Amino acid sequence: MTSRTLAIVLALVLPLGLASGPAAHAQNAASPAIEIMSPWARATPAGAESAAAYMTMINKGPAADRLVAVSTPVAQVAELHRTVNDNGIMKMLPVAGVDLHAGAQAVFKPGGYHVMLTKLAQPLKVGQSFPMTLTFEKAGPITVTVKVQKIGAMGDAMGNMQHDMGGTKTE
Amino acid sequence: MVGLGALALGALGAAAMVVANFRPEPGSHAALAIGGPFTLTAGDGKTVTDRSFRGKWLLVYFGYTFCPDVCPTTLNDIAEALGKLGPLADKITPIFVTVDPERDTPEVMARYVKSFDPRIVGLTGSPDAIAEVAKEYRVYYRKHPTGKSPDDYLMDHSSIIYIMDPEGRYVTLVSAEQKPDQMAARLRQLITKSS
Repeated sequence: MTSRTLAIVLALVLPLGLASGPAAHAQNAASPAIEIMSPWARATPAGAESAAAYMTMINKGPAADRLVAVSTPVAQVAELHRTVNDNGIMKMLPVAGVDLHAGAQAVFKPGGYHVMLTKLAQPLKVGQSFPMTLTFEKAGPITVTVKVQKIGAMGDAMGNMQHDMGGTKTE
Repeated sequence: MVGLGALALGALGAAAMVVANFRPEPGSHAALAIGGPFTLTAGDGKTVTDRSFRGKWLLVYFGYTFCPDVCPTTLNDIAEALGKLGPLADKITPIFVTVDPERDTPEVMARYVKSFDPRIVGLTGSPDAIAEVAKEYRVYYRKHPTGKSPDDYLMDHSSIIYIMDPEGRYVTLVSAEQKPDQMAARLRQLITKSS
């Protein structure tokens, strides 16, 4: 298992406790409070027709929830994917949903889970932002603003530096 | 065997000749024989061979432009490693070979690699030529359908960076997961040791 995939697995089982900073909350009091932190995407290289979006999701509520769908106006197709390193062979596997247990967080980051955006309406440029709606089984749709970072950005994977930058919102 | 394979695959005549002339029969024991002759197409549409790059250390990486996650990470790491090497980077040519020749035309490849670093060379070729060079570099790739349209697919592929010396000989490999610092340190060590 590689260090990156290991980090993802660890992140998925980490209990909640360190989460702070502005984030999106599901507003329905009856549903688990899902927080989406630091949603970001890489700028697309010229000629690329696909992109990946990343974020950290935290379930602050008392019950498990599950991310089941993603959509955004900037891409015709938005799917949950996971990059798997199978003995040096990189595979991107579609994921039907991502479970988020009570108190758990899931980290989408380069080399692991990501939202695969294909058939982009136009290239993603640094400094732009776009809406993306994450639909949870219980919390329902949560729309966040995804910031486009430079092509080589590693986002949260490099040290949680965006947490205080805001940029998320709820509907 | 590689030469015969190229002929059997109907690769370009020139490629087959290069293979026949310069590639010794690897035989079954040549497990470490990585790399070899290739004839591919550069971003400007011109034909290049492995011999076009003699005199430079090569970083050879296989991927595809439709890849949104791993390939941009790796190419960016390579670009950063070059930056860290300063003038020593002049001795290095990074080569990005597509494993998706159907979608990655020379123009697509040229625009794509330039987004990371103008020093990276993007190469594509006929499906046969790509199959040949991938085989030489022991790179696995496979189309992985993701939808109904023939265009809906991703590629599973080996994610390894091969380092070749200025004579075109395989030296070592670095995992594409190595950080730019480590990659730069390894290259600096190899290049300064040899000069």
